Amino acid sequence: MKLSEIVEKLGLKIRTGGGKLDREVSRGYASDLMSDVIAHSMKNDIWVTIQIHLNIVAVASMKELSCIVLINGKEPEKETLEKAEAEGIPILVSDLPAFELIGRLYQLGISGKKNGQEENT
Amino acid sequence: MRRLTEIHKVQELVFKLKTPDAKASEVVILSPNTMMSEVRSILKRNKIAAAPIVADKKVLGIISVNDYINWLIAGREDCCVEKCMSLNVKFLYDDEPLTDAIKSFERYGFYEFPIINRKNGNFAGIITRRDVIMGLLRALEIDYHEIEISSYSGRTFFHDMAADHTELMLKFSVEGKNIQHGGDIASKLKKNLHHLGLHPDTIRKTVIATYEAEMNLIIYGGCGTVEVLMDADVIHIEVRDEGPGIPDIQKVLQPGYSTAPDWVRELGFGAGMGFTNMQNCSDTLDIISKVGKGTIVKIRISLDPEKSIK
Repeated sequence: MKLSEIVEKLGLKIRTGGGKLDREVSRGYASDLMSDVIAHSMKNDIWVTIQIHLNIVAVASMKELSCIVLINGKEPEKETLEKAEAEGIPILVSDLPAFELIGRLYQLGISGKKNGQEENT
Repeated sequence: MRRLTEIHKVQELVFKLKTPDAKASEVVILSPNTMMSEVRSILKRNKIAAAPIVADKKVLGIISVNDYINWLIAGREDCCVEKCMSLNVKFLYDDEPLTDAIKSFERYGFYEFPIINRKNGNFAGIITRRDVIMGLLRALEIDYHEIEISSYSGRTFFHDMAADHTELMLKFSVEGKNIQHGGDIASKLKKNLHHLGLHPDTIRKTVIATYEAEMNLIIYGGCGTVEVLMDADVIHIEVRDEGPGIPDIQKVLQPGYSTAPDWVRELGFGAGMGFTNMQNCSDTLDIISKVGKGTIVKIRISLDPEKSIK
């Protein structure tokens, strides 16, 4: 599914990277621990987190994740926005709590399975 | 797209280059008293279809293969070229762009034109169809050479250096426990490695290992250095700090073990995965630490021959 469709269906607010929503996504990862995301997320994943500081952009860029989705209506810090725009990483904001948001993503066909895909550690 | 830009480039050049930029390097001219019987061998020897007759720097006329054949058919006796040459000479001025030359070739069907200086009317050279093509190719070659230099990607850096062994060292320093800047070094390194044309897998491993070591340095060490030394086969990352040191190295290597302070845990650090991630991305990981003195982390990532830089 295209990221732009997910944005539309779940009413996500686009904070950065509005021009980068054309990519296909099929998997996601949810965690608030940086090193855990580095260890277990895979390329093109949707990353669901509550962290809003600058380092989330570094991690997303390093792991080539497709976007960062912030939950509970958390807004990214100013520096985070600037860096994300510079690195071309979409940051999306949802008013839903993590459990509810991930459930809806799952209903749309986004899974957390590794799916025989090459692991991107 | 590439083809389109090339066509645009040629179009630009035909307007930019003037006739003298492409003129023939060897010019064959005849004096008015050259004999008609000599014409055939001159044209044949120089592989040309016509030659201008020039006296006192002025073009008096032109003699072509056609004129020579007409002279033969007429069966006239040998004479000076002056008496058989075409007087109505089509020529190009020296300030005209190549596009005019191309139009004239098309319009008159000739193989060559004399070039005349517009100011004094003097003979200034000859241009043939071949010269136009060669002139354009020369100009394109210079352009491409310039493009090549300006867009040098470093992809063949190690190969380009004439030495028995080439190494590249990138040094970074970290000052203060500023977690906001965590990842800056890894991010810079990523761009550099990309510039060097390393395989994406190698870049990912190197950047993740460096990131984790960099974060440890910021959180625990406070200040120190990150050095990345590479050659065509291997990358060595060395991260040094003068922090408190690690009392039990075996413990920190266990996944999930962390001594991170609360202020960084709140930011999502201290998962106890740092050294695990470093290990997963490297061939060897060595930790040298003295309590109260500091820590040195050495990471070695060897490049797969297929993934190494040329």
